[in-house]
Order: sequence, then C-alpha cells, then structure tokens
Amino acid sequence: MKRILLKAVPVAIATAFLNAPAQAEIKVGVILSLTGPAASLGAPAKNTIDILPRKMGDEDVSYTVLDDASDPSAAVRAARKLVDEDKVDVIFGPSVTPTSLAVVEVAGQSGLPMISFAGSAAIASPVEGNKQWSYVLVAPERTMAHYVFDQMKKDGDKTLAFISFNDAFGDNITREFSAAAKEAGIEVVADERFNSKDTSVTAQALSAMSKNPDAILIGASGTPGVTPVIELRNAGYQGQIYLNQGMANPDVLRVGKDVLDGVMLSVSPVLVAEQLPADHPVKERATEYVTAYEGKYGEGSRSLFGATAWDAFLITEAAAARAKDSGAPGTPEFRKALSEQIQATNELVGAEAVFSMSPTNHNGTDLRAQTLVRIEGGKWTYVPQDQPSQ
Amino acid sequence: MNGMIAALLAQDALTSGAIYALLAISLVMVFSTTRILLIPQGEIVSLSALTLASLEAGHVPGTLWLLGLGGLVVAGLQALSGQIRGAVLWLAIPGAIIAATRLLAAHDLGAAGRMTLTLAICAPLSVIMYRLAFRPLARAPTLVLLIVAMAVHVLLTGFSLMVFGPEGFRTRPLLPGTITVAGMPLRLQALVIIGTAAVLLTAMALYFGRTLGGKALRATASNATGARLVGIRPEAAGEVAFLLAGLIGCISGMLISSMTTIYFDTGFMIGLKGFMAAIMAGLGSYPLAAAGAVLIGGIESYASFYASAFKDVIVFALIIPVLIWRNMIDSRNRDEEEE
Repeated sequence: MKRILLKAVPVAIATAFLNAPAQAEIKVGVILSLTGPAASLGAPAKNTIDILPRKMGDEDVSYTVLDDASDPSAAVRAARKLVDEDKVDVIFGPSVTPTSLAVVEVAGQSGLPMISFAGSAAIASPVEGNKQWSYVLVAPERTMAHYVFDQMKKDGDKTLAFISFNDAFGDNITREFSAAAKEAGIEVVADERFNSKDTSVTAQALSAMSKNPDAILIGASGTPGVTPVIELRNAGYQGQIYLNQGMANPDVLRVGKDVLDGVMLSVSPVLVAEQLPADHPVKERATEYVTAYEGKYGEGSRSLFGATAWDAFLITEAAAARAKDSGAPGTPEFRKALSEQIQATNELVGAEAVFSMSPTNHNGTDLRAQTLVRIEGGKWTYVPQDQPSQ
Repeated sequence: MNGMIAALLAQDALTSGAIYALLAISLVMVFSTTRILLIPQGEIVSLSALTLASLEAGHVPGTLWLLGLGGLVVAGLQALSGQIRGAVLWLAIPGAIIAATRLLAAHDLGAAGRMTLTLAICAPLSVIMYRLAFRPLARAPTLVLLIVAMAVHVLLTGFSLMVFGPEGFRTRPLLPGTITVAGMPLRLQALVIIGTAAVLLTAMALYFGRTLGGKALRATASNATGARLVGIRPEAAGEVAFLLAGLIGCISGMLISSMTTIYFDTGFMIGLKGFMAAIMAGLGSYPLAAAGAVLIGGIESYASFYASAFKDVIVFALIIPVLIWRNMIDSRNRDEEEE
C-alpha cells in the first residue's frame, strides 16, 4: 500500500500540471568509471542505469552515459560535453571521489545538480560555493564506525589496529575511525599501510599483531583487502576482523573463500535486503532494487554501487515532480528548482538509506543507512541489531 | 620484534626474493644476449597467473586469443618470406595448444595438468613477442628497443584488462598448510617457491656453464660479431633467450598466484623489483642479480614491518646509491679497457 502511495503521489502532482507548457524530456547525464582502476565500481552503476524507468511521473527521461576512465580530467571533459552539447538537467555520478570533486566545479558553474556515487563527504560539504549543487548519497565513515564500535563493545574488545591502503581512501577510513574511536573509548594501537598491488602483506600483518589488538579493521577497497585477512589468519590471528563498505562486492567473497568466515563489516542494508527484519525501514525498497537487478543480471550479482544509482533516481524523480511548476525541463529555472527540491528531500526511503536533506546537509543519511553483516559460509549474513530510529 | 617474528619476516623476504631473483636472472639473460630491457616480463608473470586461475575455475583462459592471433601473424610473416615449413609450424603448434585447452578446460586436470597447460599457453607468448616486436629491430639502438619494450608492456596490460577484467584472482596453493620446524611455522607454499627457484637457478647455472647451447648464448652476450664468426646465429640466440625467459616468467607467475591476489597489472610491480635486482648486477652478472633480489625482498619485508607507509619509498630509494656504486665500478672498467 505504502509503495503504491509513494508512486501515486508524483503521478498525481504531475497530472495537476499537465496543462503546463512544453512537454519536455528530463535529461540525465551519467558519468561513470567504466574503464581504468575504478572500473569495478562503474560497471554495476551502468547496469542499474540500464534498468531504471524511462519515465519520471509522466515525463520522459533520457540517460546519456559517458565513461571517464577513472580520470578526473576526462570526467571534467565528459561533464562539459553533457552540459554544453546534451543540455542535461542533472548529473548522476561520477563513480569515485577524485573524479567527483573535479565535476563539482563544472556542475556548480553551470547551475545544475549533481548526485555523486562516490563515498567522500567532502564532495558535498561544507555546502557552499559550487558544492551547493552537489549531493552525496553514501553514508559517511562515522556511521560505519558506529556499528563497528557498537559490536566491539558488545564483544568486550578495547583495542583496534588498522591495515589500510596507503592512499586517500585508506587515510580517510583510518582518520574517521580513529576520531570516532576516541569518542567510543576504543584505543587505536597500530596503523599499518599497504598498496593495492603489493604481492605480500605478511610483514604488515605481523606488525599489527605484535601490538595485540582485540580487533583489526581493513581499510581497503575491493579484492586487495582480502590479502591482509588471509595473512592475519595464516599468522594465527584469533581476534575479530572487520572489513569496510568498500569491500562489499561478490569478487571479495570469490577471492577470499572460507578465510573470510566470521569476518564482519558495517555496510548498507541493501546487501542483505531479504534477511532484514520486516520492520526495517529500507527493507521494502532494498528488496525492490535487488529483485530488479538480480532479475536481469543473475543471483548474487547485487552491488552497493548500483544501489546508489537507484537511489539517485528515486530522489530526482521525487524532486522533479515538485520542481516542474518552476519551469519546463531543459530550462535553467527547472535545474535550479530541481536542486532546491533535492535539498528539500525529506524522509525519502531509498534502497540504501532514508534520506532527509537540508541546506546544510547534502548527504541526508542517518544510522538507518548501515547495518552489521557477518560473512558465513561465503555468504553475507545479517547480524540482528536493535532497530535504529534515526 | 621477537625471534619468531624475525623468522617469519625472513621467510616472507626469501619468498619474495626468490621470485624477484627468477625475474632478475631472466632480465639479465635477455639483456645480455639481445640488449633488450624486457619490461614486459612482468606481464608474462601476471598472464600466466591469471591463465592458471581461469583454468582452475574451469574457464577457457583469454590468453588463448593472444596465442592464436600472435601465432597467426608470425605464420603469415614466415609464409611471406617463403619459409613454408616455419609457417606451418607456427600454425600447428599454437593451434594444437588452443585445441587441447578448449577440450580440457572444462575437466578437472589436477594441479600438474593445469600447470603444464599454462606453461604451454604462456611460454610461447614470449617468443611471439620477440618475433613480432624485437627481431625486426635487432640492430636498433638500445633506447629504441627500450621504447618498444615499453609499448609491448602497455599493449599486454591493456589486453590483460580486456580479457581478465579489473578484479583479482587467486589460485589454490600447490601444497596448502604449514609445518612447524623447531617451533617455527613454515608455509609449505613458501618452501615450494624457494625450492623451485633454487632448482631453476641451479639449472640455469649448469646450462650456461656446461652445455653448448648455454655457451652459445654466453658467447653472443659477450661478443655478438665474434659469435657470428664461429657460426652462432644471433637471432636464434635471441629466440632461445626469450623462450627461457618465457618459461621462467610463467613458472614465477604460477608460483606466486597462490601467495597473493593477482590483477591484470600486478606483473609490472614484480617485474620492476626484478629489474632493480638486475640493475644491481649491472645487467651482467647472474649471481649478483640473485643476491640483489634476495636483498630487495629482505628490505621490502622489514620495511613493511617497521614503516609500512614508506615501504616502496625505502625500496626504490635504494636504487640511487646502487646506481652511483655501479657507475663507479663501470667507469673504472671502461678506463681500463681504453688503456
């Protein structure tokens, strides 16, 4: 019933403005890393774009997908092309933080909203200058840290070590988790670094273990993060190991096999959509997305990066319905109104989170954007939690 | 650091060092016989690791395309230059390997079968590379050969991304598990790697020291014109050097694929470390190259333990004093030669 209502409301609003002039098409420009080092993030987003509805309310929607090859300057060129030639109303993407930060400038100067699929809060905060036009949908590291430290306290674990990427991604996770650890009363005893292409992480694992941490967090993305877990288990580490959201893809399970058993991570609930309790706020929308995606691409193919694209659509659809009375799609007035209406998003339930934006918050997620998952027998398994209210 | 950790680090250092040593030896061999800095050697390592991984998963490996296309072009060139027998051979051998792989890929071949097949697929790639990219330029200056080697490296990395995708693969170890010797856990796979490397290095030493073929390679290396005068064809010597390098690269790739996750571009970093060891040996001495490789493995391992954020900085900074030292020896030698 709720679902029907959610869909019916924009339709009703759209019908009310049916008399408005010019039935223009809403143009969505999508910039993704389909090749280059971040290609594994771009691909599921592209797959999701392919299954998105071709209508928002009763307006037609067109999607123009460009590849930025994981390169910021190529992303800027793509953004310029979308703005100048394709005259898009909103940009979805880019896939990663460096490309997103580059495109923020183009979107801001051109006056159209941009909904990034990347993880860094810096893309849309503080909300000023060109960042008034940018939005980030991924929950910040602090939300992840909340669930991890909650579990650590339950287990009586007091000390934590990091084994992270030696780059901006690893820096960010280590910094945010360290700050949150201080508040949670957890002591950080080691901060080891490795590179994604290193052939051995044995020494880092031994170094972290020599400080006797109760738990170790891997601050890496994708399959390279599996290597330190294997090394730790090989060296006989018995404590709890935590991964992070950047490792929540099926390839990680394939590469890690049974070594990953018992490892936990805080992640968007869409990963375990079916296992969520019936009263979980995002269960319905998350299951909708997973059913649509896996219906087309096969069981177990779901990816968080695709779910972000899905939510970008939901948010834009709702905002576009409200923005249409300010101008027809394709006009600067419409784009400005669209951004204002995205900013006015309130308690919108997506596949990954419940979004409530404001003039100072262009992320809009809260504790409902994450949940704790344990890997058991090569499967993501929901760890029952007290239901977060906000 | 206690004794246990020091010993585990030493084990890690020796394992990496063994792989770097194999690569360094093949780089020295190829450079001394053909003056080519074989940058794409790293790609042979990752291609063979990825080929083994896809055979293990029961897939037909994408490297077959490379073998098939390469074989076809070589055969075509042979036919054009009138060498029909060579052309037929270059059609038949890759064809047979491809047919065998397609037939066998879906079956469980066992570790030995998969490794043999991987060797058959990947080692010829090195020879194809020589035939197509380097042999026509045999007399070009070293710099031109270096740039061609760079181009081949980029080409192979791109190909590897295309057929294997951006995600990593890992294979099952030949010997899983650990044994405990005097209270020290030893990873069996690490022993396999170190043992294989030792056997291969000894075999190479015997080949260069005791056999006619090895001596012919050494003769070409020390004086190509002189070698030609006594009836050694430099092209044939180059081909043998590339075939050996291909075999060693393949074996290295298969050995390391169970110790770490291999990506389409992992090979370059491994090759670079091997290259550093080869540089330490002045691209001339096999024992020095092997020793340098073990040293690099050691520095890498202990630097990772103490200052993991600066590991690569420490390892690569090492090349500066080494180059100064090499330069001093080499200039002294040159002075002596001139006198």
